[in-house]
Amino acid sequence: MSERRTWAPWAMSAPALLLFAVMLAVPLLLTTILSFNAYHVDTGPVAGSFTFEHYVHIVTDSYYYEIFWRTLWISGLVTLICIAIGAPEAYILSKMRAPWRSIFLLIILAPLLISVVVRAFGWSMLLGPEGLINDIFRLVGIGPVKLLYNETAIVIALVHVMLPFMVIPVWTSLQKLDPSVESASLSLGASHFTTLRRVVFPQVLPGILSGSLIVFGLAASSFAIPGLLGGRRVKMVATLIYDEYLHELNWPLGAAIAFVLLAANLVIMLGWNRMVEGRYKKTLG
Amino acid sequence: MQKNGPIALIFNALVIIFMLAPLVIVCLVAFTPAETLTLPTTSFSLRWFEQVLHHADFVQSFWNSLGLAVAAASISTALAVPAAIALVRYEIPGRGALQALFLSPLIIPHLVLGVAMLRMFSLVGGQGSFGWLIFAHALVVMPYTMRLVMAALIGFDRSAEQAAYSLGASNAKVFQRITLPMILPGITGGWLLAFINSFDELTMSIFVVSPSTVTLPVRMYMYATESLDPMMAAVSALIVFITLGLMLLLDKVYGLDRILIGKH
Amino acid sequence: MSFLRLHNVSKQYGPNRVVSQFNLDVQKGEFVSLLGPSGCGKTTSLQMIAGFVDVTEGRIELDGKDITRAKANERGLGIVFQTYALFPHMTVRENVEFGLEMRKVAQPERSERASEALALVHLGPYADRYPRELSGGQRQRVALARALVIKPPVLLLDEPLSNLDAKLREEMQFELREIQRKVGTTTIMVTHDQSEAMSISDRVVVMEAGRITQVDTPHTVYEHPHNAFISTFVGKANLLQATVHAQGGQWLAHVGDVQMAVQDVPAAAASHGTRLLLGLRPEKIQLSASSAGRTQGTVRERFFLGNLWLYTVECPLGSITVTAANDGEAPHQVGSQVGIDWSDRNVRLIAGDGVAA
Repeated sequence: MSERRTWAPWAMSAPALLLFAVMLAVPLLLTTILSFNAYHVDTGPVAGSFTFEHYVHIVTDSYYYEIFWRTLWISGLVTLICIAIGAPEAYILSKMRAPWRSIFLLIILAPLLISVVVRAFGWSMLLGPEGLINDIFRLVGIGPVKLLYNETAIVIALVHVMLPFMVIPVWTSLQKLDPSVESASLSLGASHFTTLRRVVFPQVLPGILSGSLIVFGLAASSFAIPGLLGGRRVKMVATLIYDEYLHELNWPLGAAIAFVLLAANLVIMLGWNRMVEGRYKKTLG
Repeated sequence: MQKNGPIALIFNALVIIFMLAPLVIVCLVAFTPAETLTLPTTSFSLRWFEQVLHHADFVQSFWNSLGLAVAAASISTALAVPAAIALVRYEIPGRGALQALFLSPLIIPHLVLGVAMLRMFSLVGGQGSFGWLIFAHALVVMPYTMRLVMAALIGFDRSAEQAAYSLGASNAKVFQRITLPMILPGITGGWLLAFINSFDELTMSIFVVSPSTVTLPVRMYMYATESLDPMMAAVSALIVFITLGLMLLLDKVYGLDRILIGKH
Repeated sequence: MSFLRLHNVSKQYGPNRVVSQFNLDVQKGEFVSLLGPSGCGKTTSLQMIAGFVDVTEGRIELDGKDITRAKANERGLGIVFQTYALFPHMTVRENVEFGLEMRKVAQPERSERASEALALVHLGPYADRYPRELSGGQRQRVALARALVIKPPVLLLDEPLSNLDAKLREEMQFELREIQRKVGTTTIMVTHDQSEAMSISDRVVVMEAGRITQVDTPHTVYEHPHNAFISTFVGKANLLQATVHAQGGQWLAHVGDVQMAVQDVPAAAASHGTRLLLGLRPEKIQLSASSAGRTQGTVRERFFLGNLWLYTVECPLGSITVTAANDGEAPHQVGSQVGIDWSDRNVRLIAGDGVAA
C-alpha cells in the first residue's frame, strides 16, 4: 500500500515511453529533418542538406494553394453540416425514452468501429450514376446528377464519417445538463424556443466547439474518402501527400506538407481548446 | 421535459437512414447474383463471398490484419496497464504531459504518422517487416487501451484493496486477487477496442505496408481504386459482420454505450 | 492491564495537526466509540490504529506489543469499512474466506469457519450470492462476518451504520452490540451519531479538533459533559449565562433574576461576580400551571415528536427548550403561561472564568 518508492511509476511507464520514443518521437523527428532536405529528381533526397525550398514551394505554388483551399473549405463545410445535423440530433436523442435512446445512439456511433474503406465504398455505390440515389432521382424525373468523383461526394461521405464525432461531445454536454433547469425556465414563462436558445444552447456550446475541432481536424487530414470518392482530379492534402510519397517519390516535399498539416492541426486544436476552456471554465465552473 | 414532436422524430429517422444507408447497401449488394454493382432483386447469391474466399490476396490480407490486430492490441494493453497505474496512482511530476503524450496518437493525423514511420522504416530497413508494422499499430491503438484502463482505475473503490490488505494480503496478492479482477472489464474492453481500431486502420498502414504485409483495408483500397465489382461489396459485408460480432462481444464485456460515450 | 493502548499519538499533515495527544487505554472485550463532528480526527485515529496512516508521534501497543510501525497487513485487525469494501467479483462466502486464505487456513476448516461467521450475522443462506445482489444491510453484515472470521484481537468499525436508513440503523445498532458481546472482541467504533455511540458503547471518547475532550461511560458523558460543545453535541442542552456570589458558605448562581445552587465551583473560579456557563437538559425541566414553579414563562413553539413534546419557552432564564413525555395528558398550548420547575441537582457547571471550557 505504500506509494513511497519514487522509481516505481517511472519503471511502469518505461515500456510505453520506449514505444512512444521509438515509434513516435524518432519518426516525427526524422520526418521534420527530411522536410528540410533537398531533393534531386534523379537521386532522391540529399542526406545532410538543409533547405527551405519545399516550404517555399508549398507557399508559392498555385497547385498547392488550390488543394489547401479545397481542403479548408470542405473541412469547414463538413463541420458546419455536422453541427447543423449533429447537435439537434443529440438533443432529440437526449429527449427519448429508454430503449430507443440507446438503440439510436448506438446506430449513430457504431459506424465508428467499421473501417472507413467500407463506408467510403458504400457511398460510392449510393452516389454513382447507377447508384440508389440517382435511381430515386430518376423516378422523380430529375436527370442523373453527378454525385461521385467530385467535392459533393467527399462532403457527403465526410459528414457520414464525422457525424459521430460531433454527436459524442454534444451528447456529453447534454448529459451534464440538469433536466430540471429546463423545467424551471418553462415554469418561469419562457417559451420552448427561448429555453433552447437562452438556457440549453449556452451550456451545450462547449460540446459543439470541441466537436467542431475534432471534426475539422479529422476532415482536413482524411485520406480514404477523398481517395476513393474524389477521383483523380479532386485532391485534398492527404491525397497530395500520398502522391508525393508514393508516386512522385519526392519524400522531402511530402514530409514538408505533412509537417504543415500536423502543425496546423495542433495549433488549431490546442489554441482553440485553450480559448474555449478558459472562457467556459469561468462561466460554468 | 418536453417530448419529441413529429418533426423531431422525422429528423431523427432521416439521420438514422443516412447513417445506415451505405452499410446496408454494401451488405445487400454483396449478395447479388449479377456481375455488376446492383441490388439483388431476384435472388440472393453467395457467389461473391465464394470469390473472396478463393482470392488468395484477400485471404492473405485478412490473416495479416487479424494477426496484426491481435499482436498490436496485446502489446498496447501490456504496455498500457502499468503505465495507466503509474499515471493514476502516483503523483509523478509531468503526469499531465505524460498522459497527453500517451493519448497524442488520437490527434496526430494517421497520415502524418504513416509518412513519419515510412521515413524511419526506410532508414532502419523496416519495410516489409511485420514486426515493425505491429509496433506501429501498437502505437496507434495505445490511446484506446490507455483511456479505458485509466477510466477503470480512476473509478476504482480503493477500500476493497485496503480491506484485502488489512486481512493479511501482500501488495502483490492485493493486485493479483483484487485490483486486476476488478479492472479486468476495462482491460478487456480496451483490448477489444484496440483490436477493432487496428483491424480497421487504413491511412497509416497504406504508407508502411509492403507487398508481403498488405493489410485487409489497404488491399480493399487498392482494389477499389482499380475495379469496382461486387466482390468488394462481399469483402465489405464480411467486415461489417465481423465488426458487428466484435461489437456484441465488446458490449458483453464492457458495455458498448460506455465505450462510445462514457457512462450514460 | 489494558489490551490496546494509544500513548500520546499525534498526526500531522504539513502545518496541520489533525490528531493531538491521543491517549487511550482500552480493556479487553470493551466496546469503545470515538464520537465527534466531521474533521475532529476520529477517522484518522482509527486509521492509525489500523495502520493505513502513519503515526507522526506516539506509540500504539496491542496486548503488550508495539505495533506503531507495523504494516497494515501484519496487524491482523478486523476492519469494517464505511462503504463495506466487499470484493465485488467474489461471492459472499469467498469474501468471508479471504482473510482465512491469506492465513493459509486449509479447506474444510476454512469453509466451516466461514459458515459459522455467516450464521453469526444471520446470512447463512446468502453464501453463494454476489455483493451486488444484496441489500445495504446485508452487505454490512458480510463485511462484519469477514472481519470477525479471522478472530482478530481488535475489531475496528468505521461509521458502520451511516449508510443505512434510520429504521435499519436502529435495528443494526443493537444487533451489532449483541454480536460483539457474543464474540467478546475488543471493539472500537467511529461515529458522528451520538445516539449510536451512547446506546451501544461501554465508553465514549469525545473528540474535538483533533483532541480528546472527554472519556467516560455514556451516562457520565451525558449527565456530566466537560464543556459546552459536548453538552450540545450529545443530547440537547440549555446553556445559561450566570454570575456567581457567595451566600452563607454556599455559592449561588444568578441567571437573570433566578437563583440556583450550583455544585463543584472550583475555588479558583469562585469569586464574587465571576461569570459561569450552566447547562440544564430539556428533559430535566417540568412545566406546570402558571402559578406554580420557580419562575414563569410563555410557550413560544411546540413540536410533536411522537414519544415527546418539545416546547420552546420564553422566560427569565432565556429562550429555553423543554421536553415532556407524551403521557397522554393534554399538552401546553402555544402562547400559554406556564410555570417552570427544575431541581438544582441537575444544573451542570459547564464553563466559566478560570474553568476550562
